[in-house]
Amino acid sequence: MATLNDVSQCVLDGDLNGIKVLVQALIDDGTDPIVIINDGLIAGMNIVAPLFKSGEMFVPEVMESADTMNEGMKLVKPLITDDDIPSKGKIIIGTVNGDLHDIGKNLLVMMMESRGYTVIDLGVDVKEEAFSAAVKEHKPNIVGMSSLLTTTMMKIESTIKQLVADGVRNQVKIIIGGAPVTQEFADDIGADGYSEDASTAVELCDQMMSDQSCPEELSA
Amino acid sequence: MAKKFNKLAYTNLDDFVYGSCPNPVTTKSGMVIGGGVVYPEINFTLPGMDINDVTMPKAATIYSNIIEGVLKRAAELYAPGVLVEFETLPDFTEHPKYGIEINRILLNGMKEAAEKYGLKTAIRTTPNDLREFSRPPIMRSGKYWETMLELYEQCAKDGSDFFSIESTGGKEIHDTALVKADIRKAVFALGILGVNDMEFLWKHLVDLANANDCFAAGDSACGFANTAMVLAEKGFIPHVFAAVIRVTAVPRALVAFEQGAVGPSKDCAYEGPYLKAITGSPISMEGKTAAGAHLSPVGNIAAAVADTWSNESIQQVKLLSEMAPVVAMEQLIYDCRLMNAATVNGQQLMFRDLLVQSDSALDVQAYVLRPDVVMRISAELVKTQDNFLRTKLAAQLTVAELKKAIVEGKVKSDKRDMKWLDKMEKAIESIPDDPNEFYHQMKSELDMDKFIPSEYGL
Repeated sequence: MATLNDVSQCVLDGDLNGIKVLVQALIDDGTDPIVIINDGLIAGMNIVAPLFKSGEMFVPEVMESADTMNEGMKLVKPLITDDDIPSKGKIIIGTVNGDLHDIGKNLLVMMMESRGYTVIDLGVDVKEEAFSAAVKEHKPNIVGMSSLLTTTMMKIESTIKQLVADGVRNQVKIIIGGAPVTQEFADDIGADGYSEDASTAVELCDQMMSDQSCPEELSA
Repeated sequence: MAKKFNKLAYTNLDDFVYGSCPNPVTTKSGMVIGGGVVYPEINFTLPGMDINDVTMPKAATIYSNIIEGVLKRAAELYAPGVLVEFETLPDFTEHPKYGIEINRILLNGMKEAAEKYGLKTAIRTTPNDLREFSRPPIMRSGKYWETMLELYEQCAKDGSDFFSIESTGGKEIHDTALVKADIRKAVFALGILGVNDMEFLWKHLVDLANANDCFAAGDSACGFANTAMVLAEKGFIPHVFAAVIRVTAVPRALVAFEQGAVGPSKDCAYEGPYLKAITGSPISMEGKTAAGAHLSPVGNIAAAVADTWSNESIQQVKLLSEMAPVVAMEQLIYDCRLMNAATVNGQQLMFRDLLVQSDSALDVQAYVLRPDVVMRISAELVKTQDNFLRTKLAAQLTVAELKKAIVEGKVKSDKRDMKWLDKMEKAIESIPDDPNEFYHQMKSELDMDKFIPSEYGL
């Protein structure tokens, strides 16, 4: 008899084939799909996160766990409505105008998704207007911007100015990162947070979402 | 007609040292790179600022100040010569008029230093590979290709000594391979996409260089192997994976030399020792004195067979003593002085081995740069002329070399390393020898929204 603990362990092990069998067995037994998600699939990822933070797991292993969780989700999603799918919050992520670096940004996308966030990935070389339009369209809680060059880091500032000009700055928290970026720079340009890498960015978002001052996700 | 490298450039490991190589290159100013002396190679960049028509005068002034400052310091410290690298910012390549203007400022500063101090200098011009600005990347035509070539050509006409680039062919697939530690995908990206693009790109660059009294110097797998190194240092991927990627990137870099590049290879191309062992061309390297740009586990060993010694890059900001590029210049000069003094004293080999021994047992990424390991793996790589098979072989040989070294206690390892090496070994064994068959196998795993096969001749 499959248990929710088995599902969590399967996620931790990154067992793509095993998860299908286990989740289907629980569904067949009549287990509430929301319980399977929260106490099985997401619970597994909640074990993964601290192991990654402590250096006991590598990113590829985290990705295998995330893929496994998603494989399980595919089976339960048809049984619930989209509104029932738990999300820790919505974040828009992109590398700023003129900058092509995306591996750090992609890691953040992967880690945020695996931690239960809804992520809108705008890609690289994202113009100021595109960030602003995405905020208006998706109404996220957080906007994440990265820059790897000394000459493109200033585009973070111009993007914030664009959000101000378009009247949406106060609807979101803004986090920034990238090699030349510092906390001091973040403070100077009016960002709400800075993180050194993708891993700490997730913690920063968790902190922001638990902070009552973080804007609530707006209804579409 | 591409050159073929079917034997090593060295027959004796003791001849494989820093500062000299079988095929040195002489610059317009008379610096003989690889001719016995290690030269400093200085690189620098702007502080945080926008680049546009309004700010360009300010950028030009900053570059003018930098070149004046670093060459003055070089003269004060009796540098035997300086290689200046102008690694452009994306705006300088996208708008060639900007890049050409800065390159001319640097050339002018070099001319003034020659007149004022009698200082020998040369310049390496390194435009950005902006082809990936198009998503999926357009590799063989289009405005980014055209502007890049325009910048190269004019800079060569203006007097640049060397062309380099950190080309990105295959990176769109390799990025995924890195974060998934997927060696099969990495071999596909480097050994098929990367190699095919390098053949196309470097044929053009060599033709352009030859037509304009300039040397095609070499490429760097920065976006591939250095990204792996950074991810490993952050604990995101295993160090052994990054070490294997480093050597797997060698055949890709070798393509530039097959097409006619002559060195010195690019500073951040830590695959350089392999290139030197195979081609006999001079190489540039960076290590401890590039700490202002990034962390690396190869700070000393990187210098073991270097012909120019670089700081990677540093932005123009004020430190306690001086502006950062001037500080970097001073550090590079003292590094080179020590190496060159050892050569003069007949202690070059001893010094090389100290550089090697101080790093090689502490990290697998340093271990694969040991001259003996480099020679051993390179000797196998030259037995085939097929760059796809070479790429596969490089991965295979590195896995075997690291497994042996770990078992024998020659290099520090993580308890999980052997598991990852076993996993890589099995995955590499599953790669067929026929690249077409491999491509067909990989198709179902590739995100076809990310790359255009025809841009790689597929």
